[in-house]
Amino acid sequence: MNRRHLLRVGSAALAGAAVGGRLFAAPVSGPRLLIVFLRGGYDSTNLLIPYSSSFYYESRPTIAIAKPDPASNTGALALDGDWALAPAVRDTLGTLFQQRQAAFIPFVGTDDLSRSHFETQDSIELGQPMTGTRNYRSGFLGRLSDTLIGATADAPPISFTDALPLAFEGAGTVPNLSLKGIGKPPFDGRQARILSDMYTGHPLAAAVNNGLELRQEVAQDMAQEMQAANRDAINIKGFELEAERMGRLMRDKYRLGFIDVGGWDTHVGEGAAQGTLATNLSGLARGLQTFAQSLGSEWNNAVVVVLSEFGRTFRENGNRGTDHGHGTVYWVLGGAINGGAVLGAQQQVNRATLFQDRDFPVLNDYRAVLGGLFRRLWGLSPAQSGRIFEQVAPIDLKLV
Amino acid sequence: MTSRTPSRAAASLAAALLVVTLGCAGPRSHPDAPSAREPTHTAASGRPFPALHREDIRWLERVGFGLDSATVASYGEVGRTRFLRGQLDAREAALPPAIAAQIAGLDVSHLDPQQTLAQVNAQYKAINAMPNGPDKEQARKTLNDGGNKLAYQAIRRELLRAVYSPSQLQEQMVWFWLNHFSVHQNKANLRWLVGDYAEHAIRPHVFGHFRDLLLATLEHPAMLQYLDNNQNAVGHLNENYAREVMELHTLGVDAGYTQADVQQLARVLTGVGINVGGPPKLKAEWQPLYRRAGAFEFNPARHDFGAKRLLGHDIKDSGFAEVEEAVTLIVEQPACARFISRELAIYFVADNPPPQLVERMAQTFMHTDGDIAAVLDTLFLAREFNAALGSKFKDPMRFVVSAVRFAYDGRAITNTRPLFNWLNGLGELPFGRQTPDGYPLTESSWASSGQMSRRFEIARAIGSGSAGLFDAEDGGGAAMSGFPQLSNRLYFEAVEPFLLTKTRDALDRANSPQEWNTFLLSSPDFNFE
Repeated sequence: MNRRHLLRVGSAALAGAAVGGRLFAAPVSGPRLLIVFLRGGYDSTNLLIPYSSSFYYESRPTIAIAKPDPASNTGALALDGDWALAPAVRDTLGTLFQQRQAAFIPFVGTDDLSRSHFETQDSIELGQPMTGTRNYRSGFLGRLSDTLIGATADAPPISFTDALPLAFEGAGTVPNLSLKGIGKPPFDGRQARILSDMYTGHPLAAAVNNGLELRQEVAQDMAQEMQAANRDAINIKGFELEAERMGRLMRDKYRLGFIDVGGWDTHVGEGAAQGTLATNLSGLARGLQTFAQSLGSEWNNAVVVVLSEFGRTFRENGNRGTDHGHGTVYWVLGGAINGGAVLGAQQQVNRATLFQDRDFPVLNDYRAVLGGLFRRLWGLSPAQSGRIFEQVAPIDLKLV
Repeated sequence: MTSRTPSRAAASLAAALLVVTLGCAGPRSHPDAPSAREPTHTAASGRPFPALHREDIRWLERVGFGLDSATVASYGEVGRTRFLRGQLDAREAALPPAIAAQIAGLDVSHLDPQQTLAQVNAQYKAINAMPNGPDKEQARKTLNDGGNKLAYQAIRRELLRAVYSPSQLQEQMVWFWLNHFSVHQNKANLRWLVGDYAEHAIRPHVFGHFRDLLLATLEHPAMLQYLDNNQNAVGHLNENYAREVMELHTLGVDAGYTQADVQQLARVLTGVGINVGGPPKLKAEWQPLYRRAGAFEFNPARHDFGAKRLLGHDIKDSGFAEVEEAVTLIVEQPACARFISRELAIYFVADNPPPQLVERMAQTFMHTDGDIAAVLDTLFLAREFNAALGSKFKDPMRFVVSAVRFAYDGRAITNTRPLFNWLNGLGELPFGRQTPDGYPLTESSWASSGQMSRRFEIARAIGSGSAGLFDAEDGGGAAMSGFPQLSNRLYFEAVEPFLLTKTRDALDRANSPQEWNTFLLSSPDFNFE
């Protein structure tokens, strides 16, 4: 019986929770996937700068980021003849890119044109074709998780969020736990059993069991972390601390992870090389670097996909910010990916190629991009990937 | 007749207080099949509770933030219809004197938002002009601490009223509309404004006409800053607020409006903003169009005059009257009646409310010019509402408030911090939603594994001690220790007769009254209403 099975069955596992220590041995090495959802629609145009486009500099008189200076070790970092990376992530993502551990996919997104955060976030998390009615009980990570259960590459899922995201709908009871503030174990084994028995046969039974069990395990992990008295661990905080814990859990037990990060809806005063967006990007990138370090050698089996519901208007608005747009840039990170490239279908960046004369167009369907990645990561058949993302031909970017 | 023993410790108390019938009924449709039961008998001492059926209790739980003795007694005296009409009559309800005194003592209760904003802006300006260094940091910290304190007081005031106000439905509606017209305290200067927003934009209109409520939020500096409309001006169009007004506040995303409608409404809204200083110098022709109320301002010099077309209607070129016309047009759309009715039904009835009920509510909305009290009257007296009782999972706010109401039954707490911390831990703090969609109202958002384990920990904190609720707010020494007695008369009259068998079994296995309390507050019976 594997852990995945136990999580689903739930009740049987609880008896062990009181005993303490790891309930399950770490599974053998296998692919790990972390989805990082930037909620709010981050301004990808000021992360991956189309510096060869004079139209970019015309469109953003106050918030454009200066062209890379090849003679300088600061400022934007040229990735190729057209694209440069924001100075705020030069030492993090830039380094990963140079080590071929990071890739960027511009002109990516959905065919959802609502420009609504919530509508488009739902679209992405559900991952269903835009035609037809939505099934809110089936998210793309839920279908991926279900597909992998049958395969040899079992992939226990976890969401590092306070609430379970739509993306994991349909995968049974997926454990979720925000790693922001974790104290000592709350209940002893007898109490946990009584609580669990109260919900036997109840629709919430699995949630109750998983919750009690996971809480117990993580509390023990954190206790060990404190005892280890790792000096670095004491100094980091916020997202970096969360990322460090995520890395450890994904190194030891979990294979499919999800976390969301907010604060990207920069309608007003988003800044340029420095400012609100730069600060957020820099904190996120540092966290992901920490995540990579805490995975240890398993970083070579890991893939991180950073995505967001849409890009923002190509032109800055009247308040030195940007409004809701369309196409965006996804990031793919991993220790052994074929990175160091800007991938996918691309075109010139000028006024004529803007979508509706305001936004980046979508040339790479996000479902096709993720479907192609999943196929290579787990060796899925066309039928399997077609079940995860229906009615779309996967794009193979040969990232792994 | 015999009373079932909740625990060894509570048995003698139970015997002393009451005599109950033992009718074992499940609160949900459940394998432990419910059977019809006799009404409870009156208590042996104190004002007798009227005989209430399971449905009455469940109805009452849903109309407020859970049960306390006063609510049960009042319902029994006047019956359902009169109780509801009393709840829908939004006169200022008398709070317990100790609670009223706490609220009166808060700075947030005596603030003028215009003055406050002016002061805060001036202080920010002065701080920005200071040379970098520790003094500047200290000044900034002092200013921020003041803002945080006011935002906390605003939350404290709402939580105290939620727990103690006899007008329970009014308090639920304040929460509902604050969530519907959600603002986030961490944006811009909102920490200084959220108290006034709740008190003057939301609270007076919770049972009134929807249009008035919408306009009150539209004109409030908190909303104007939160969704950036204070930056929306001719030549500097910002469509953030215009979009969210239609998507989240009135019509819903599927109502059929277009990107062009969003842009047109954004143009209508240009010039609607904030001014905490003197009036601007205006051309003579614009002066009659200038509007000002407190910090709210409509400045014609910032307005995009010219023809506009919204939702298929031409909007006459008329300054702020365009905004009023657009709001009327939007609120009169059948999509608005349906969207608001459905949101209310999701909150009060079920995650997937019966469409025929939503339609009847929407009809009431349209026939009464958006009279919220009339729509609620339709909702609470509907048979579909009765049919759904007992199956709505409490969101964190309902869980935490109902637990404190049940545990302390009207006794005044002195420290609201623990409630604040519990809601923070469960992720549903008032004014804490970063995105403008407000907190979700459905079970799946609050019943995940992580949520359930955290909820049980809070049940334990409430059940096992005073949890700091009777400490001084400033962190001073405890005024009371010990734990609440949940196996009280209210429990035996209104809860015990209807408990699920599995919950009874769990309570019987408790080793202490504290554990017993924890299990009861963690039970399906307490977490669904």
